[in-house]
Amino acid sequence: MMKKFFGILLALAMVLSLAACGGSGGDKTANDNPPASTDAPANNNAPADAPSGSASGTFKLGGVGPLTGDAAIYGNAAMNGAKIAVDEINALGSGVTFEFQAEDDVADGETSVNAYNTLMDWGMQVLVGPVTTGAAIAVSAEIYNDRVFALTPSASSTDVISGKDNMFQVCFTDPNQGVGSADYISQNMSGAKVGIIYRNDDAYSQGIRDTFVAEAGKVGLEIVSEGTFTKDTQSDFSVQLTDAKSKGADLIFLPTYYQPNAVILNQAKGMGYAPTFFGVDGMDGILTMENFDTSLAEGVMLLTPFSADAADERTKSFVAKYNELHGETPNQFAADGYDAVYIIYAALQAAGCTGDMSAEEICEAIVAVMPTISVDGLTGQGMTWAETGEVSKAPMAVVIKDGVYVTP
Amino acid sequence: MEFLSYLISGISLGSIYAIIALGYTMVYGIAKMLNFAHGDVIMIGGYVSLVAMTSLGLPPIAAVLLAMAVCTVLGILIEGLAYKPLRGAPSLAVLITAIGVSYFLQNAALQIWGANPRVYASVAPDTLKLFDGQLSIPYVSLLTVAACVVIMIALTLFTGKTKMGKAMRACSEDKGAAQLMGIDVNRTISMTFAIGSALAAVAGVLLCSYNSTLMPTTGSMPGIKAFTAAVFGGIGSIPGAFLGGLLLGVIEAMAKAYISMQLANSIVFAVLIIVLLVRPAGLLGKYVPEKV
Amino acid sequence: MKKLKSLKTTTKVDFATYFGVIAAFIVVSLLKSGGFLNRSLTGMLVPICCYIVMAVSLNLTVGILGELSLGHAGFMSVGAFSGVIAAMSLQSAIPSGWVRLVVAIAAGAAFAALAGFIVGVPVLRLRGDYLAIVTLAFGEIIKELINCLLVGVDEKGLHMAFNISGTLTIDDLGMGPGGTAIIKGAQGATGTEKLASFGAGFILVMLTLVIVLNLVRSRTGRAVMAIRDNRIAAESIGVNVTKYKMIAFITSAALAGAAGALYGLNYSSLAASKFDFNTSILVLVYVVLGGLGNIWGSIIAAAVLYILPEALRQFSDYRMLVYAIVLILVMLATNNPTIKTFLGWKSKGKEAA
Repeated sequence: MMKKFFGILLALAMVLSLAACGGSGGDKTANDNPPASTDAPANNNAPADAPSGSASGTFKLGGVGPLTGDAAIYGNAAMNGAKIAVDEINALGSGVTFEFQAEDDVADGETSVNAYNTLMDWGMQVLVGPVTTGAAIAVSAEIYNDRVFALTPSASSTDVISGKDNMFQVCFTDPNQGVGSADYISQNMSGAKVGIIYRNDDAYSQGIRDTFVAEAGKVGLEIVSEGTFTKDTQSDFSVQLTDAKSKGADLIFLPTYYQPNAVILNQAKGMGYAPTFFGVDGMDGILTMENFDTSLAEGVMLLTPFSADAADERTKSFVAKYNELHGETPNQFAADGYDAVYIIYAALQAAGCTGDMSAEEICEAIVAVMPTISVDGLTGQGMTWAETGEVSKAPMAVVIKDGVYVTP
Repeated sequence: MEFLSYLISGISLGSIYAIIALGYTMVYGIAKMLNFAHGDVIMIGGYVSLVAMTSLGLPPIAAVLLAMAVCTVLGILIEGLAYKPLRGAPSLAVLITAIGVSYFLQNAALQIWGANPRVYASVAPDTLKLFDGQLSIPYVSLLTVAACVVIMIALTLFTGKTKMGKAMRACSEDKGAAQLMGIDVNRTISMTFAIGSALAAVAGVLLCSYNSTLMPTTGSMPGIKAFTAAVFGGIGSIPGAFLGGLLLGVIEAMAKAYISMQLANSIVFAVLIIVLLVRPAGLLGKYVPEKV
Repeated sequence: MKKLKSLKTTTKVDFATYFGVIAAFIVVSLLKSGGFLNRSLTGMLVPICCYIVMAVSLNLTVGILGELSLGHAGFMSVGAFSGVIAAMSLQSAIPSGWVRLVVAIAAGAAFAALAGFIVGVPVLRLRGDYLAIVTLAFGEIIKELINCLLVGVDEKGLHMAFNISGTLTIDDLGMGPGGTAIIKGAQGATGTEKLASFGAGFILVMLTLVIVLNLVRSRTGRAVMAIRDNRIAAESIGVNVTKYKMIAFITSAALAGAAGALYGLNYSSLAASKFDFNTSILVLVYVVLGGLGNIWGSIIAAAVLYILPEALRQFSDYRMLVYAIVLILVMLATNNPTIKTFLGWKSKGKEAA
């Protein structure tokens, strides 16, 4: 009995130790590699919107996000978006090139720290991620101690950045969205009876709901019904919807991601209940779900920083590239990931970093310039940052008409 | 009126649990193993029917039949490759293998169909409106309840009347004695897996129609709930699985509506615990006293 | 004479286990201080210690007591959150990190033991798969209850609220201006100070081993194993079944709580949804692959299987697929009579419980 287990485990252990040796060996050589030529030509052909600066060399950019598991869609989107930006920047010939490696964290804090450590072994200099809030909070403590600069595309809780000077966000913070939504509703739809359906085991959803309710109290918005669900119950909303309907809610606020929202819209229609639905940035992506009946989303309002239907050149080219590479229309997370790489690029330029600088040196340099730069991205024009790491950009309220976003 | 609509949503959810639980309970009754991969076979059934309806353009009936066929083959394959070699091994070893199969199916689906949730167009999209639209019942709920009742009756008849069904009952009572009576135990077990997996395909289509989305982890939570339902009703018992599934669905809907949405699952599980303390073998389970 | 001999063997195995763990700790510490360990392995040391303790403690329930538990992560969760509350609320009272870590682990163990007692009373009356489903149910209930928990601390002390309606927030606790939130319901604990270290993990593993091995080799342990092998026979010779079952179950829960406290203090954020059914299953896989009732097997299996998915990162998206296949193949290889004979492992024909 013991012998056989011992045999198997020994064999496994040997395979593993070999794998581990191989891994660390590879890392060594990677670290010993001389950084790419620092005397590369200056950034003559940098795009017009890039701030003038003197960064050069090859930087190792790491990405952390859920590539498998329940939340895989967010991580994959953000990492795919980031990859497109990396390829674009590498093709610019501006003297700055990126090496990009994405690691999976299954949206779990523990695995996220492991993924981060793997990237540190690889020699990562700047981190794009983590994508989800819980994981980002866990990793933020590590990057703060290690002095590595991190820019999360989409982890929106204030806990992600609070107390950490080297963690920045591309997306709005949760309070920002909750307050923004409550203000918008009270100004434009006064007298609305509001129902809320939110996911109470998700920091993102709960965070927005809390600030929304607090702000609603201030601006005198009437909340008649609140329904919750969890990861395990996000497929059946009949009870929540019946409750809202019977209490006469004529506007349902959905601070949730678009997958449950699609189910909610569908089941509300099945019940013959047609309030106005109001979403936040997580609602974005609903129109691009395969087979989704867009007529269900007719009249849905949402606050979003990104619209895949926007007419500007950059969005169009990004959407086309994403579609070509991954066969689907990018969502907000992909745009956040794409912007994250360009923001890091702009910051490196502004700080004049070189590829042979250590992660700590780059971190201090970028942290110093972050509050001074302004970046135009897919998710906002003229994005600027406070020293806390919070982004400032204007949320855009849109309404869905005939399957596309229009500004009301 | 709200009470009625809560009740209806509870019954339709419960019917889905019941169909899944019927598959669980049959496999458990005969193979005496908890097939944790059952929920993932449901998910595969959902994907197959979705591909059949969207990419191949088949009508819903044909899609359901195709999903059943694919899942039947899958069930037999899983049984033959992963479980059959472990006949006679400790039950925990089989349990862990089943978990391995479950991980495998989920991750294979992730590789094939991607992490993006798919929208699943219901096989019965319309809604029945009663009392001037105050009460609305989706047709898929009616379909689910009907399918559940039909399946339950068919299974009862099958195990009671047919030769194969009798062989199954014999195997579940005593494998050794069944073998002595000339029953091919291995074939019977494969057959059970085939039926259980075909039921899973039906459950998959109904579950996805009800939820309107589908992703690689779709099957896991309904799988656990259905397992609970099967134990609730007395694992191994066909009417027990039916009753357990229905009760579980109704309790869940009522707990959500009238007690606490936060703790709905906890309330369901608490009721389960209380029932098991009063009836240690579930509602309709046979309590087998231990022989000394 | 025969008894004496067998005793000797088990004692030898026990000492080999202690020695192996100490040796592993020394080797790893030396490698770490010499800079030979990469960051990814260094970062995994504390969680590996936690999962070793989890696996050894679950082995006490599943292997020694012989009852299948699918809710072990629930006790880890109770331990983790009570540990975090203890450590964070005593931040000003006890400045020393080490002392607070010890207090937190003790608190985690105590609350998990309490939870173990509450769960154990009904659960241990059931048998087999019914017991398994009830432990699963308790694991889920614990998860949902902690999701409703709001805890904060200010100069007046601890504030707690139970958010059943789902409408309370951390602001409803009525804390003073200097208060900090420790647990924010479903968002879990954030901003936890990282107190755990590999040294602490090692000490906890050793402590667990001393407790479990002494329990197993004692009169109590023999009674527990007698119940596992034949409950009715044990009862008939006067073994108090309920008492011994409870002793094993509560010890197991307390150790899981201690592991949870160490785990909780290793990450700055922690949510109750982490400790779900899948985590219980993960630990169960360590126990079964390590061998039921085999303590050192659990240790090795936990360490190896924790590193495995990380080592498979080079397969990127396929790693969980590979992990699943490895899991199935290992189970088939270790349990299939044909393959066993082929590889020359002759099972001794007994202890196939």
